[in-house]
Amino acid sequence: MKRIILEYEQVELILTRICHQLVEDHGYFENTAILALQPKGTPLGKALVKKLDTLFGIKATYGELDTTFHRDDFRRSDKLLIPNEVNIDFEIEKKRIILVDDVLYTGRSIRAALDAVNDYGRPASIDLVTLINRKYKREVPIQPDYVGEHIDSRTDDYVKVEWADDQCQVWIITDNDK
Amino acid sequence: MSILSTKHLLGIKDITTADIQLIFKTTDNFKQVINRPIKKVPSLRDVTIANIFFENSTRTKISFELAEKRLSADVVNFSSSGSSVKKGETLIDTVNNILAMKVDMVVMRHPAPGAHQFLARHIDANIVNAGDGTHEHPTQALLDAYSLQEKLGDLTDKKIAIVGDILHSRVALSNIYCLQKLGAKVRVCGPPTLLPKHIDGLGVEVSHNLQETLEWCDAANMLRIQLERQEDKYFPSLREYSLQYGVTLPMIKSLKKEIVLMHPGPINRGVEITSEVADSDQSIILNQVENGVAIRMAVLYLMASKNKDAE
Repeated sequence: MKRIILEYEQVELILTRICHQLVEDHGYFENTAILALQPKGTPLGKALVKKLDTLFGIKATYGELDTTFHRDDFRRSDKLLIPNEVNIDFEIEKKRIILVDDVLYTGRSIRAALDAVNDYGRPASIDLVTLINRKYKREVPIQPDYVGEHIDSRTDDYVKVEWADDQCQVWIITDNDK
Repeated sequence: MSILSTKHLLGIKDITTADIQLIFKTTDNFKQVINRPIKKVPSLRDVTIANIFFENSTRTKISFELAEKRLSADVVNFSSSGSSVKKGETLIDTVNNILAMKVDMVVMRHPAPGAHQFLARHIDANIVNAGDGTHEHPTQALLDAYSLQEKLGDLTDKKIAIVGDILHSRVALSNIYCLQKLGAKVRVCGPPTLLPKHIDGLGVEVSHNLQETLEWCDAANMLRIQLERQEDKYFPSLREYSLQYGVTLPMIKSLKKEIVLMHPGPINRGVEITSEVADSDQSIILNQVENGVAIRMAVLYLMASKNKDAE
């Protein structure tokens, strides 16, 4: 079964809210950069950058981080882990970093991301933005700072974040038709 | 994208075009890694790799070792001089003894063609061929093709010349296989004594005229004269060889287009190419060396992930 949990309009509202929260905490991003996780966090990262510009005229520093080489399931999963491109053309050292990903579930990819960020320097701080926070299945002690929507879901459910032309919908798919 | 089609990297002949493309794509990522402040990733931290060299090597050995260390693998080095090989131990005993110390992968260079195939049949670890006699040197061919692709774009229908000592060169054979799998046209050029008989059976053009070959090609790979493998005299003197088959700067300047020049090293300066050519803008010799580390990281990374699948 496939059920929609966030419509386009709701995601728009959420993005606006998160942008306000970010500006509340980070001011006009003088020393803050957005770092989206490859591959699924990048549409959200770009959407936030765009929204920050529209709402506040903030030109946020934006980068894309790949965590493949830091994952803890290399040689343990059946799939080959194919790396993605890293695009970081600014100094991480002493910057306040906002990590962006679409769904927070086990927390393991964020753990890998925390390691990966350190390869580029020592940031002043790291915050985490996630569109969907799936509770009850965290495997490491990692919590988000800014959340679009909290979701209670079963382990075998699948949450799908779908982007089309800067617009986003979120589906929950139960085990039958993934 | 699928995983590598093979458990070992014995030669380019045994791998598919999709494998080569997968290796190249992964190499792009590792090239990024080795160009950032911290050049190390933890991917292979639970893997132990033995570098077993039965033949001399400088850059291949350093390149593999750096690649392994930058992937956080544990590394043991073994070279045949000063080892029990001198006491008469067989290849398979030597390797099995090393594997008994819980080694996951073996990078080996051996003077006998086919030594790696033999090992692959008898032992469990992943094997990477770092050169077997005059047979294959797959990682060199991969880094050559990768460097070319960086410079020329897609290699389909590009004209690549391999010049010099084809007979004794494992680089030549691996290069021919690799370039052909990527769709390039390959021509070999050298004195008749240094071209293997029936080389045209591999689908390459054959020429004995360097000037004409340089005019034909988009890139030329100048192979080293392998004096250590030449028991007989194949040409009258090095001076005469370099007059006929050495590339000089005026020669390059006289061509209608700018061609790319490569050399797998170590260079005999003034024999295969003059110093001016080796140090010119058209030479990508040092790019080849840089890419060598990234290519080897990609190969080891992809093979290590294969390791677990096979179990």
